[in-house]
Amino acid sequence: MDRMPAWADVVLIPLISLILAAILSALAILAIGESPAEAFYLMVDGALMRSSGWGYTLYYATNFIFTGLAVSVAFHAKLFNIGGEGQAALGGLGVALACLYIPWPHWSLALLGSAVGAAAFGALWALIPAYLQAKRGSHIVITTIMFNFIAAALLNYLLVNVLRPVGAMEPASASFAAATHLPTFQSMFSSEGNTLFRGSPANITFFIALIACVFVWLLIWRSKLGYEIRSQGYSESGAKYAGISPSRIIIIAMLISGALSGMMGVNATQGAAGRLILNSAEGAGFIGIAVALMGRNHPFGVLLASLLFGFLYQGGAELAMWTSIPRELIIVIQALVILFTGALDNMVRWPLEALFARLRKKEA
Amino acid sequence: MTLMTKFLSAAATGLALAATSAVADPALIYDLGGKFDKSFNEAAFNGATKWAEDTGGSFKDIEITSEAQREQALRGFAEKGFNPVITTGFSFSTPIANVAADYPDINFVTIDGFVDPAEHPNVLSVLFSEAEGSYLVGMLAGMESKTGTVSFVGGMDIPLIRKFACGYAQGAKAVNPDIKVISNMTGTDPSAWNDPVKGSELTKAQVDQGSDVIFAAAGATGLGVLQTAADNKVFGIGVDSNQNYLHPGNMLTSMLKRVDLAVADAMTAGADLETGVHVLGLAQDGVGYAMDEYNADLITEEMKAAVEDAKAKIISGEILVHDYTADDTCPALSF
Amino acid sequence: MTDSAPAIELKGISKAFGPVQANKDISIRVMPGTIHGIIGENGAGKSTLMSILYGFYKADAGEIWINGKKTAITDSQSAIAAGIGMVFQHFKLVENFSVVENVILGAEDGAFLRPSIAKARKSLKKLADEYELSVDPDALIEHLSVGHQQRVEILKALYREADILILDEPTGVLTPAEADHLFRILDNLRKEGKTIILITHKLREIMEITDTVSVMRRSEMTATVKTSETSPEHLAELMVGRKVLLRVDKVPATPGETVLSVKDLRVIDDKGVERVKGISFDIRAGEILGIAGVAGNGQSEVMNVLGGIMDATGTITMNGKPVPLSGKAADGQSRRAIGIAHVPEDRQREGLIMEFTAWENTVFGYHLDPQWQSGPLMNNAAIQKEAAGKMQRFDVRPPDPNLKAKNFSGGNQQKVVLAREIERNPDLLLVGQPTRGVDIGAIEFIHQEIVRLRDQGKAILLVSVELDEIMSLSDRIAVMFDGKVMGFREPATTDERELGLMMAGISGEPGTEDWKAVDENLTALEHGETPTHG
Repeated sequence: MDRMPAWADVVLIPLISLILAAILSALAILAIGESPAEAFYLMVDGALMRSSGWGYTLYYATNFIFTGLAVSVAFHAKLFNIGGEGQAALGGLGVALACLYIPWPHWSLALLGSAVGAAAFGALWALIPAYLQAKRGSHIVITTIMFNFIAAALLNYLLVNVLRPVGAMEPASASFAAATHLPTFQSMFSSEGNTLFRGSPANITFFIALIACVFVWLLIWRSKLGYEIRSQGYSESGAKYAGISPSRIIIIAMLISGALSGMMGVNATQGAAGRLILNSAEGAGFIGIAVALMGRNHPFGVLLASLLFGFLYQGGAELAMWTSIPRELIIVIQALVILFTGALDNMVRWPLEALFARLRKKEA
Repeated sequence: MTLMTKFLSAAATGLALAATSAVADPALIYDLGGKFDKSFNEAAFNGATKWAEDTGGSFKDIEITSEAQREQALRGFAEKGFNPVITTGFSFSTPIANVAADYPDINFVTIDGFVDPAEHPNVLSVLFSEAEGSYLVGMLAGMESKTGTVSFVGGMDIPLIRKFACGYAQGAKAVNPDIKVISNMTGTDPSAWNDPVKGSELTKAQVDQGSDVIFAAAGATGLGVLQTAADNKVFGIGVDSNQNYLHPGNMLTSMLKRVDLAVADAMTAGADLETGVHVLGLAQDGVGYAMDEYNADLITEEMKAAVEDAKAKIISGEILVHDYTADDTCPALSF
Repeated sequence: MTDSAPAIELKGISKAFGPVQANKDISIRVMPGTIHGIIGENGAGKSTLMSILYGFYKADAGEIWINGKKTAITDSQSAIAAGIGMVFQHFKLVENFSVVENVILGAEDGAFLRPSIAKARKSLKKLADEYELSVDPDALIEHLSVGHQQRVEILKALYREADILILDEPTGVLTPAEADHLFRILDNLRKEGKTIILITHKLREIMEITDTVSVMRRSEMTATVKTSETSPEHLAELMVGRKVLLRVDKVPATPGETVLSVKDLRVIDDKGVERVKGISFDIRAGEILGIAGVAGNGQSEVMNVLGGIMDATGTITMNGKPVPLSGKAADGQSRRAIGIAHVPEDRQREGLIMEFTAWENTVFGYHLDPQWQSGPLMNNAAIQKEAAGKMQRFDVRPPDPNLKAKNFSGGNQQKVVLAREIERNPDLLLVGQPTRGVDIGAIEFIHQEIVRLRDQGKAILLVSVELDEIMSLSDRIAVMFDGKVMGFREPATTDERELGLMMAGISGEPGTEDWKAVDENLTALEHGETPTHG
């Protein structure tokens, strides 16, 4: 029998972890002489009580959904893809090339084209580490992390020397043509006289992220490929016995993972920035790891965890703007959440398991 | 859906509230490097602090942590009525261009960035002629060098830093056409601004190649460069603010870029800020080279005369210092 | 013998792991100078009980009395101090240390090794003479045979002056000859007044060596009897809770056409070691060929090649058609396509995905078959229905297809695998260690299923390290040693002694010169030397 009811595993543990993180954060805020209550109010107010706040929360969440799903898919094949950052950066490049060099007549076609570009470039960037793992046994953690650096260097080279318009100071590509601009939430949901999501970067890509969640769910739990990916993830020797080629699964899982990471580029590069900027992935590739951990590698969990991290990012920005809490401390707060929900999972799990065992004994 | 409408209407009230509570304080938004980057952003902070001390005024500032926060911070401050909203770093030019039209009553300042004044009349673009300042310190380096080799350590490899390097090389070659100029960039991502260890390694390598004057334009990475230069008994040249005090006797000079002045000026002007494009060069004392008690013994009268002469000629237009970013080429150095 | 205090007395020991009760109110008395057997199925709680006695776990309730004194055993140090020594199923030796270094490890006197080693050397020699426990004190552990490594474990315990020795499944890794030798050692120890607790699931060993035996079933001690007053059938009944058939009931085989033909099969593993060195055999329809051998002599590799897990060279034909031995065409899918079903040796690592539910495991390996697909997705409803039916036919308990494989007992896991492979109606069934870690009740069922498949005219290749199983199931027996087939025998005309010698690498027909050397070799084997014949 499992030690705990599923709801406790999925809901109770993250909740308790969050509360613990919140308590520690409150203590830290107190220690620098600010009011935790006010800080919390600011975060909630800034992130959730205004449509423009939601616009940012959902924008960040969209990024995290893609990278979180990417980590999850790889993780189901027991591959720890730390390269989301580089794959997302390359995805951004794919988006930029599609948007800059193809004269799209309408944003919907541009979205299609850039999504293909993002997925293809992200997948390509994951393919090389995948190949090295599958055929040469080079550890995927090492190679993917190395490829993050290579991606950063490649992007910098391209932006400084190739894509940057002559004379521009910023290492960024030219702005994309207006026809490629994706509908933002502001343009989608505002009515005459009532501007919603004012100025926020959330855009139609959020819905693509939701579709991606459904896609990943179907892939992992309903398809042959997902069955094989999970088999390989749980037991490579078992997969071999069943005639599933481990190297094939490694490569396919990493291609899907890389493509999902790359799709983040549609949101950040086409949806928000409207041009390719340096560092467009902005650490979302790494946040994806925490999101996947917290979301228990399930698309629905990833969605919820992404919303939470979106809230933390947007709330953190509000804190930085309106309080004198330094941004380092805001990063500490975000890190505490990652620490408690990811790394210290067992700290909460063990006492809870013991508690449930005791409860069960009493019942029996 | 009802929940949606509820929070949307709540949001609308929130906006209304924000609009009424107008303040006229200036606001300052630092680039990703952060307030205490020992360089550019810190210079802006110092200028703002000095302004606050001198005038008794107050200002609001924010260190952003992500690209998306650029527009967010601009809008946040503009909505609450902060005026002017000052930003540091060229990366703000596009976000300012995106939001400026929504807040016609607020003036925006982009330091190092450029926003077309014809399209956005409420934006002031402050640009510095880094090439000119670098040219002068390059001359000093060329005259001081005994080995015939001088060098440059940049932070992240971006056009702005190449502009520094190019000006420096031109100045060095102007006084010694045969001089060898070595140039290295620390890295290709933002961590290159904050990697003193790597800066130190690059410096050692340059010293091994014979360089005896090293110009660091690398944010906090430069601290490692200057330290290593001092340790190896060669000369360092600081950047942005006057860093001569760091290693007295081993600091030849510092290339000044008066971001602090630009910020303080904008804050002083307040809501009456004159918008448009300001280019701060040698003529405006926006850039220059630092002379103080720490390097007085190192710069001979002869050297100083030569530099002052060049400065006058640059101001008069007699000497034209090539700006790398004008056409992405450099006549004196290849990247 | 009966008037002194018991060497060990456990009173009312209970232990729970979370919701699982592993030991429930267990009491035993073991008199000094006796061998006491503890027998029970996997998961009955034997190992937990011994771990409590050795201080690895703390009992929730109950007392431990040693030599008439109540003793608190809180960790292995206090167990050693109380005179208890333990020989684990998986040895706890440092591979690249010598025997004497391992013996003194953790029992050194003072800061310098030299005096300890000298002392240990002397006492090792004495122990070796007293108990037939000879091992070269300077040999590195990694160079010793498994049997000798086990002797080192026993020496370690005796060196620490243990009067009570606990052995956990000691014969699982030994050849029959090594096991015989171990029992001689235990007998000598008993004569010297040592008390021994022998944990095993093999009835034969209990009958052979113990004085008294306790039976555990479902965390409880169901009976303690004098060995002389019981029988294997009675003990099996106590273990399972019902009457069990210990012998496989089968009619003589009526072999038909050759189904599988293997010629000059060679297998080189990842490390470049040749594991199978050119073997040949045939299996005919309606026949069970058993491969006997000590684990690690190439049987697993033969299974893996036939099952499509490993590459090999040589020639294999199946129903007259050549079978590819490397590349994509030699994977598990291709093997299944030509009618080979495979019950792998390690069901937990290969045959099942432990984290999958029973229904997901029902199609493992056959998951690409069209009947399990619906459009681009898998037809989970159909698979679940199939699983429920199979679980019912094979009496899998509990019959819940949604339970994860890891939550079934070993026997029920094996039934899930067997149901999947047998119900495919294959021409050739590969069965590896079909009853390893399987409770006696399920063994009976599994053996019957294998025989039933044979009687339907299918070819079966059986690999097992249990000689009993090979003897009772096989129609023909091939003995493997060091990657080679030492010879073929028929169960009716051979015995365990002969097979045991062949498993140790000694071949030869009775009456030849070779056969005369057998006894010499046997002696050599017991002293850890490589046999000269083979």
